[in-house]
Amino acid sequence: MTGYIIRRFISLFFVMLAVSAIIFILMNAAPGGPFSYGDRGYSEAALNNLRRKYGLDKPVLERYWNYLSSALQLDFGNSFAVAGNPPVIELIARTWPVTLQVGLYTIILSFGLGFLLGITAAYHRNSWIDSLATFVATLGITVPNFIIATWLLLIFGFQVGWGEPGKWIIPPLWNNGPPLLSADFFLPVMTYALAPLALVARYTRSSVVEALNADYVRTARAKGLRERWIMFRHVLRNALIPMITILLPQVPNLLTGSLFIEVAFGIPGLGKFFVTSFFQRDYPMIMAVTLLVAFFWGLTYLITDILYTLIDPRVRLVGAGGG
Amino acid sequence: MAGRETAAKARLLTAKPVTLAEDTRQRSPWVDAARRFARNRLAMLGLFILAVLIFLAVFADVLALHPYDQPDFTVQANELPFIDPVHPLGLDSAGRDYLTRLIYGARTSLLVGLTVPLLSFSIALPLGGLSGYRGGKIDFFIQRLVDVCTAIPQLLFAIFLLSIIGSGVGSVIFVLGVTAWVDPTRLTRAQFLTFREREFVTAARAIGASDLRIAVTHILPNAMAPLLVAFTFAVPLAIFSEAALSFLGIGITEPTASWGKMVGSGIGTSIRVYYHLALFPTILVALTMLGFSFVGDGLQEAFDPVRSRS
Repeated sequence: MTGYIIRRFISLFFVMLAVSAIIFILMNAAPGGPFSYGDRGYSEAALNNLRRKYGLDKPVLERYWNYLSSALQLDFGNSFAVAGNPPVIELIARTWPVTLQVGLYTIILSFGLGFLLGITAAYHRNSWIDSLATFVATLGITVPNFIIATWLLLIFGFQVGWGEPGKWIIPPLWNNGPPLLSADFFLPVMTYALAPLALVARYTRSSVVEALNADYVRTARAKGLRERWIMFRHVLRNALIPMITILLPQVPNLLTGSLFIEVAFGIPGLGKFFVTSFFQRDYPMIMAVTLLVAFFWGLTYLITDILYTLIDPRVRLVGAGGG
Repeated sequence: MAGRETAAKARLLTAKPVTLAEDTRQRSPWVDAARRFARNRLAMLGLFILAVLIFLAVFADVLALHPYDQPDFTVQANELPFIDPVHPLGLDSAGRDYLTRLIYGARTSLLVGLTVPLLSFSIALPLGGLSGYRGGKIDFFIQRLVDVCTAIPQLLFAIFLLSIIGSGVGSVIFVLGVTAWVDPTRLTRAQFLTFREREFVTAARAIGASDLRIAVTHILPNAMAPLLVAFTFAVPLAIFSEAALSFLGIGITEPTASWGKMVGSGIGTSIRVYYHLALFPTILVALTMLGFSFVGDGLQEAFDPVRSRS
């Protein structure tokens, strides 16, 4: 097992290396650059000076090598585009907590409510609650979240007055970090939670239905066990195991944030860098954001695989050795 | 549960005895699937939505009352009521007829929705087929490529590529097409792996069929059903991605109409007064997505009735 985990980490390292190389070389090979976009009106000499200042006058491969060696020492460079050229790490440290907070609330809401809805729907199959769960699941899975964001803004934001777009942009609120709970979280979390909630509810339902039809449940019923006991000790324990592979991959998604939610509700989180840094050709920021997301994803796949073997011993990892 | 059983019993009791002639007639699995599909009410509803959309997209030039890219200078946009005899759904912020732009939006959505999966599947079929059929070094290489591309979320990579090649309809199609090949490649590979060792493939190889012939005429038709379902689901995904990119303001460029872009600009400062500008395109996007996913679910159930029933 230890050998397997080490091997997986090594392969994750190589994937990250490949990702960094692809992104670095593609963004540098493209025409234009961080200081030639738009109409800044730099003179040729000023442009050359800027390029020299940020080390952009060197060949791509040399720069990639430099980047790699400093990135391995956890120095990801300074942003080109943000005023004052703060270190990329600092920018991420300032904005990611907001995204993380929205993501965590979303995970709690969607997983909690999704499980409840799925279990209830499975238990009362073909009842109105089942239809309701199916309806919510279909809506949440098929309708994009920026559409839902618009609807919620139209209904709550203006008619009821629970939230407004752009309100979050006001920075003084965030000087001491985001507040633990605020009404501002309500709409974004609701919107963001719907899709994972739908997914959780749908898979919980089918998984619980399968468990309810299993022989051991029939045996438990025949033994005369109480329904509640059957539900918790027999059905749920078995039904929730396969869910791990479906649910864990949702986590990095939610924790790195949705740029749509952040754009629609004006949340000052990490997501806005996904677009602005890319289009401003803010090289260090592009690299940091992509590597962060890639690392998170890789790590989650790894954890999912390991957890799966721990829970279900029948699953054997490829390359994990005999035994 | 009980209701379903009694219904099944009742059907059994009232069923007509099967005549021999009907029983022995052979039907292809495709005809079976088509029949199951036609019986699925949600799928038919989805198909109806799609038919309306395709009608709008094809006949946009005839249906629309105004040109989609010409502002109407005779009215002041900010004075325009929501319901107006000349412009039934009002004007957008640039003074262009909103209904017209909604109709043309269907064209953009369907164009992107159909070409993106075509592009990504034409990358995925050969790659996945090669990977699954040949195995060995090629498989290893393609799988590492898949690993690397899974590490970056599709939309993130699409935005990155867009920032390099610039926005526009063509760019959006290209960018979404070349980033969406990973999942269909995996699926194709799995399909080819399953069928590679089957008897009919061995038989074809025994009579000296070439690898290409085996892959195209023996394996592919058998592997088709799940691929077709995946294709149906790839269409709304592409439509969603286009709308999402346009919503962020980096997808479709002016003057082409795009629902996502209309939502994005409708959600801005004017949403309080001109709420309909944001509302209508969202409804259309939602309906489109629902239509395609109903059809996709229907196809899945039609091709694989045992597994998809729960």
